[in-house]
Amino acid sequence: MSGYRLASGGRIDRDRRLEFTFNGRPMAGYAGDTLASALIANGVDIVARSFKYRRPRGIVAAGAEEPNAILQLGCGARTRPVQRATQTELHYGLSARTVNGWPSAETDLTAVLDRASRLLPAGFYYKTFKWPASGWKHYEHVIRAGAGLGYAPDDADADRYDRINAHCDVLVVGAGPAGLSAALAAGYSGARVILADEGSEFGGSLLSAAEHIDGAPSTHWIARVRAELAAMPEVTLLPRATVFGYYDHNFLTLVERLTDHLPATDAIGPRERLWRLRAKQVVIATGAIERPLVFGNNDRPGVMLASAVSSYVNRYGVAPGRRAVVFANNDNGYRSALDMQRAGIDVAGVVDVRTDPSGAWHEAARAAGLRVFAGHVVPDARGRRRLASVRTARLSADAGRIEDEGPRLDCDLLAVSGGWSPVVHLQSQSGARPRFDTDRACFVPGDPVQAERSAGAARGTWDTAGCLLEGNEAGVAAASACGFEAPATVLPSAAAADEQPLLPCWLVPGFKPVSRGPKQFVDYQNDTTAADLHLAIRENYTAIEHVKRYTALGFGTDQGKLGNINGMGIVAEKLGRPLAEVGTTTFRPAYTPVTFGAIAGRDVGALLDATRHTPMHAWHVARGAVFENVGQWKRARYYPRPGETMQQAVDRECLATHHAVGVLDYSTLGKIDIHGPDAVTLLERVYTNNWRKLAVGRCRYGLMLDEDGMVMDDGVTARLAEHHYLMTTTTGGAANVMARLERWLQTEWTDLEVHLTSVTDHWATVSVAGPYSRDLVGELCADVDLSAEAMPFMSIRECTAVGVAARVARVSFTGELSFEISVPAAHGQRLWEAVMAAGERYGATPYGTEAMHVLRAEKGFVIVGQDTDGSVTPDDLGMAGLVSTKKDFIGRRSLARPHLQRGDRRQLVGLLTDEPAAVLPEGAQLVDVPDGPLPLPMVGWVTSSYASARVGRSIALALVDGGRDRIGQRVFAPLADGRVLAARITEPVFLDAPGRRPHDRTDRNAERPDRRPERPPAGAVDA
Amino acid sequence: MLQLECPWCGPRDEEEFTYGGEAHITRPPEPDAVSDAAWGDYLFFHTNTRGLQSEQWCHSHGCRRWFNVARDTVTYRIHRVYRMGEPRPGFDA
Repeated sequence: MSGYRLASGGRIDRDRRLEFTFNGRPMAGYAGDTLASALIANGVDIVARSFKYRRPRGIVAAGAEEPNAILQLGCGARTRPVQRATQTELHYGLSARTVNGWPSAETDLTAVLDRASRLLPAGFYYKTFKWPASGWKHYEHVIRAGAGLGYAPDDADADRYDRINAHCDVLVVGAGPAGLSAALAAGYSGARVILADEGSEFGGSLLSAAEHIDGAPSTHWIARVRAELAAMPEVTLLPRATVFGYYDHNFLTLVERLTDHLPATDAIGPRERLWRLRAKQVVIATGAIERPLVFGNNDRPGVMLASAVSSYVNRYGVAPGRRAVVFANNDNGYRSALDMQRAGIDVAGVVDVRTDPSGAWHEAARAAGLRVFAGHVVPDARGRRRLASVRTARLSADAGRIEDEGPRLDCDLLAVSGGWSPVVHLQSQSGARPRFDTDRACFVPGDPVQAERSAGAARGTWDTAGCLLEGNEAGVAAASACGFEAPATVLPSAAAADEQPLLPCWLVPGFKPVSRGPKQFVDYQNDTTAADLHLAIRENYTAIEHVKRYTALGFGTDQGKLGNINGMGIVAEKLGRPLAEVGTTTFRPAYTPVTFGAIAGRDVGALLDATRHTPMHAWHVARGAVFENVGQWKRARYYPRPGETMQQAVDRECLATHHAVGVLDYSTLGKIDIHGPDAVTLLERVYTNNWRKLAVGRCRYGLMLDEDGMVMDDGVTARLAEHHYLMTTTTGGAANVMARLERWLQTEWTDLEVHLTSVTDHWATVSVAGPYSRDLVGELCADVDLSAEAMPFMSIRECTAVGVAARVARVSFTGELSFEISVPAAHGQRLWEAVMAAGERYGATPYGTEAMHVLRAEKGFVIVGQDTDGSVTPDDLGMAGLVSTKKDFIGRRSLARPHLQRGDRRQLVGLLTDEPAAVLPEGAQLVDVPDGPLPLPMVGWVTSSYASARVGRSIALALVDGGRDRIGQRVFAPLADGRVLAARITEPVFLDAPGRRPHDRTDRNAERPDRRPERPPAGAVDA
Repeated sequence: MLQLECPWCGPRDEEEFTYGGEAHITRPPEPDAVSDAAWGDYLFFHTNTRGLQSEQWCHSHGCRRWFNVARDTVTYRIHRVYRMGEPRPGFDA
């Protein structure tokens, strides 16, 4: 219980007290607090147990880099995991809880793991749980239960998320001194500017510093600039917006948090908005993150970044401790010490790594009466649940080891500063490689590869005057690159550079060797220690990317914002190579975690994908149809009557089609209208068979191949007029076929005069099949002669149906006499209702896709995509007769390649199970022997399989190696449930002429002989 | 996400386009005259250039026109956009 609320100061509103809970305990803070500052003010020390060793952890930072205070907020459907307390604005009623530690983070019994830590080196899990491989499924349960950083909500996300596409001239990322200065300059030029900052308030580091601009507190300047920007019509200000990704061609992604800072009752509207932004120019003013120092027990609650201490004192009016020590290798330690002293915190001393500190800050500290331990370090921190004291020691002249021990200083707060690391994340994501600046001991932005520039602390400029200047220059240059001229301005006066150089200190020497001393944490979130890094190098992982993966350095949700650069410094030192050579690991999006909700936006639930309904969809719904998805289409699969199983319904639908008449919604079939004098040439080139002799009014079935010779699509194409054809494709293949044809026409056959129009949605088609189909269709299309003589199989006629221009085609996919009536889509529902009404006396029965599949399989008609898989040639399907030898077409040359000529290729055959009632599962693998040593060689698989009512037993189609030469032989299908079904190979035709070679759909045999009974069955046909 | 300049519609996001692979691969006019190996090359073997390459793109969610793009496969910089039938640009410009 060390932190407390200061009596005055800070940018909080002490008149607005906000109650919240932490692990169920009621607490209170003020408007303007973050959850972190409020927790400190309430004396909370431990906010987490560490990932691997279960050590107690406290708040370390005040921004995006926080590794420990990762909490679960809210409950129920709106609970939010992995939330950084340091960036969570406090609101009334907020409930927060810790996520690890058992039974709680305060009292964690699994902390025994820390004592056992010698047994848990880097790579422990890789090395230990490797054997036996089958054991992992047992270990995994235990390991997973102990891991994790939060809980996903049990219910569907209750919030809405928006998405916006935007363009701008200049995007300024970060609204600190540099970003505000850049936005102002670009804004005055008239350019379209977006200024985004992850915080609720603009001002960045100025909000946490006791600094003056133009002689007044810097907040005055911030307010003035903000007001000026807000008044500019072309400027968009986005607070609470994190730019988390920088992609190709200056495409950036932002997530704007709209309601997380509000109590539940006020959180109205979308929770977050994802901005997909294309910026002509980008100014990166993302600031810098302070580095901690790596020393023994540097993870004790109470060890905090010096800049965070200043932030809590100056911005939030809270003291993170009562008695502090500062440990730094640069002047920021003095700044923080003075901030604390002003706030009334007892500062026991400043431990400065540098042997001979000097300069304005050092002198100011001396003048304030602060004790300075120059050339000293803190090798070890003491205390269990909270820091109690630190040991100090004098460094050797070469700074490589410690010499004699200095005084032990009692303290409950240690402010550490190891220097600054510019936030080069976005710049690196843009493709640039950060460069190591030896003088400033940090990575700075490398040469830009996209239209961006960095300014201020993001490029290693620490002083406010420098940030204002660089921001202004960047804003002017970015606007100018977009063609806007910024007026000359006078920059405000601010603190100029007055800091002395830092002394790099990647790993603080300890009293004992690294491997035996107290743990020196590099990455708090993943419990990666300096000893782990040394171990990785000893085990010969010398590339930084390998070290990272072996030790999990930077693998946490904080992506190593605090620890990575220190880790690289330690690796470089150990390898004896310059840090510039070791380099950085890759910075990847997202900068901070982004919710799935923001990425999904409105594309969830019913809006995840488009669904396509046919014009008569409502009728199917009203009739209780069960639907299946075919691409985006919803197709009626079968129409169960009350109490009917699927098989009973399908049998009934099949038999009704067989004995009377079945009605199918065929509207989803792909339809391409082909116009032009070269239309037939196009057909000749894309279909395997001949088209030149097809007469007007006639139809033909065609196979379409890919250039590699494999069947790609099939369908019936009709010749409507001299230069006018209507091609049909499979339902699922329609878009692909259209795209392929367009591509050939635009890229290879640019001389052909032919136009393609996709008319799939323009027509509604009702297929009427069965012995009474001619009677029924004749009642609807009275102006056309449907007689066998006037309208032979595979012909099409223009006519009138339900009062509108229609087409009727006599084709068959069921084997039954069939007519397909098509009308403009708007009349589809009317046509369907008219067919059903007129069909009542013929026993017309609606049938779905399942019955259609059964009927066509009985006739051996393939479905491309079900019986083929992109590795099947026409000959494999027994359709070599459809392949012309007199012309060239797409895929023909490939058919001549030796592999496609082999006789033992996988070929389409029929299968009849020994047990007529047994239905093979589709996809079942086939073998030659029922059992034997595993693995049994696979000789093929089942592609279609049904219980067939018309045949009176089960039937199946399969692809079998050399299948056509194996007619009559037996194969076996071992099933997952242990059964083995035996089946006999047959020709893939089960009806009318079983045992005959299969026919294609243009054959006369494709349509069954006319066998209309004298009298239509009375009423509906039942199975 | 790339931004491509459709020759008919202007600059648009990559998600409006379909990538068509290497450009200027001509279908052998006499397929029977080429060997199996040469036909296999045409079908399956592309150059997989590191650096500037010409490739086909289609504005599939726009005007549905195919066109050529000279693009650097390392930096993703668009060197030039040109229509079907226009010659491959010299890569020194």
